[in-house]
Amino acid sequence: MSLTPLSVGFMPLVDAAPLIVAQEMGFAAEEGIALDLKRAPSWSSLRDMLSFGKVAAAHMLSPVPVANALGLGGAGAPLSVVSVLSVNGNVIGVNRDLARRLRDGGHDFGFRDARAAGEALIAAAQGRLRIGVPFPFSMHAELVFYWLSALGLPAPQSVDIRTVPPPLMGDAIRAGEIDAFCVGEPWGSQAVENGVGELLLPCNAIWAFAPEKVLAVRRDWASEESALLGRLVRAVWRAGRWLGDPASRILTAEILSRPGHLNLPPDILDRALSGRLVLSSRGEERLVPGFVEFHRSAATFPWRSQAEWLGLQLAARTGLDRSVAQAAAASVFRSDLHRLALRGLPAALPTASSKIEGAVETDTAVATEAGRLILQPDQFFDGRIFDPDAA
Amino acid sequence: MTRPLSIIIVEPDRDRALLIIDSLQAAGDFDIQVIAEPTSLARQIQARQPDVVLIDIENPSRDMLEELALASGPEERPVAMFVDRSPEGLSSAAIEAGVSAYVVDGMQPQRIKPVLDAAITRFRMFQRMRTELAETKRALEERKVIDRAKGMLMKARGIGEDEAYALLRKTAMDQGKRVADVAQALVTAAGLLG
Repeated sequence: MSLTPLSVGFMPLVDAAPLIVAQEMGFAAEEGIALDLKRAPSWSSLRDMLSFGKVAAAHMLSPVPVANALGLGGAGAPLSVVSVLSVNGNVIGVNRDLARRLRDGGHDFGFRDARAAGEALIAAAQGRLRIGVPFPFSMHAELVFYWLSALGLPAPQSVDIRTVPPPLMGDAIRAGEIDAFCVGEPWGSQAVENGVGELLLPCNAIWAFAPEKVLAVRRDWASEESALLGRLVRAVWRAGRWLGDPASRILTAEILSRPGHLNLPPDILDRALSGRLVLSSRGEERLVPGFVEFHRSAATFPWRSQAEWLGLQLAARTGLDRSVAQAAAASVFRSDLHRLALRGLPAALPTASSKIEGAVETDTAVATEAGRLILQPDQFFDGRIFDPDAA
Repeated sequence: MTRPLSIIIVEPDRDRALLIIDSLQAAGDFDIQVIAEPTSLARQIQARQPDVVLIDIENPSRDMLEELALASGPEERPVAMFVDRSPEGLSSAAIEAGVSAYVVDGMQPQRIKPVLDAAITRFRMFQRMRTELAETKRALEERKVIDRAKGMLMKARGIGEDEAYALLRKTAMDQGKRVADVAQALVTAAGLLG
């Protein structure tokens, strides 16, 4: 049987794993498709490659399709999110100077308590903090703003936010362009490895279940090629399930490390996959359970409430009408298409398409069409909840 | 008379930047500046307030320009992707050619068209040069590997150069592979055996 080729764009990050693994481990072939993986040089060009049909599907920062729907950036071909590729997986780090001041101020680098780390960071800052994020529309930016604002430092107004492409984050610290950064793995660990930075906090300490990367397609493509879309979503879901098995970890690091993919040593990639992060060149290690999730807790399910949270954050910052933004955002995350594609697979998916974000305090069983689904905690560090119906 | 369009070119390679300037000047009267240093790109552009920014799609610093999309008031928001919603399919052509141009929103497309046309032609040429360079490099690499494999065979079997190459070629044909691949396999195997 010949395979149907499908071009898929990605950025060199650990959380591109579901797409790379879908191709390399044969999950795509099982669905009769061959993923032609194209590595993109930047998020904006990947978005444009998708908009203009250079790729059929793309690895994308979860806020990008939402921002696109709100008319912020991009050329405007409407995009749809058909799966979440990964949950969590980012780190916040600081330059060595700031790390020293944090330590002098008595911070323990416990790597768990967002309030303690944030208050210590604000206290240790000299002048306006300059923080690097990979893209203006990114979970990184949203989490940094949420975190600092909740601690009394209104962001982005009171900090300098600089866009720095992930592979250049280490260079930007070395050049003294930024004091701190928020970036996806392996680029935080790479900064540690190069001795230019130290890690301060994993982002799941700010929001325990943040949709990080998504699988995005053009909206018209999704309706014209619904059968092909179903095959892609299933292949990627199976890849995510495989990635969720701890036994797959070492092989995953090897596959991702290949020159055509991330082209970095496997031991650096393994830190994110195992959740064992090395904080500094002195070698302190911290274990972060759930550092990045590809499968557990219905991680692939695109909750409309996740999109609405993002849409409202963006609207608040850019002065757009809140209810218009919320509705536009909700229509981007296609929980219906995701559910349709996975029907018949042993995937336990929620019957609801929306939830109160931040309200799950302990592992909680929820209603599904088939199978058993336990949602794991998804709290914000300050205990706030987001109820999309009350927003 | 309208003031000439101001254009910023983001290009670290000096020769390439000069070539782009030449082709733009042939297309019309423009006020052109070059930024070679990607550091603080967004700030530099904001300070100079150009009408159009041209940047290679392969340049990762392009993401820094997205900051501008959220900057300042809606009237002078320097956005929006290349050729913001231009009707002439210019965006698609630009992407194809590997160029992004950021233009101030609300500018008339006919003023930008000559800029983009010139840039697109130039970038297409760069693309061809890139491909040619990569191909040449690969061919050289392969020649080196074939030479090494030939040398090994000559030494191990006590045969001449032509004979060694004939042996490689025959093996390649028998196995339905390229000579370079057979040579690479031999070199790798020899390396493993020490």
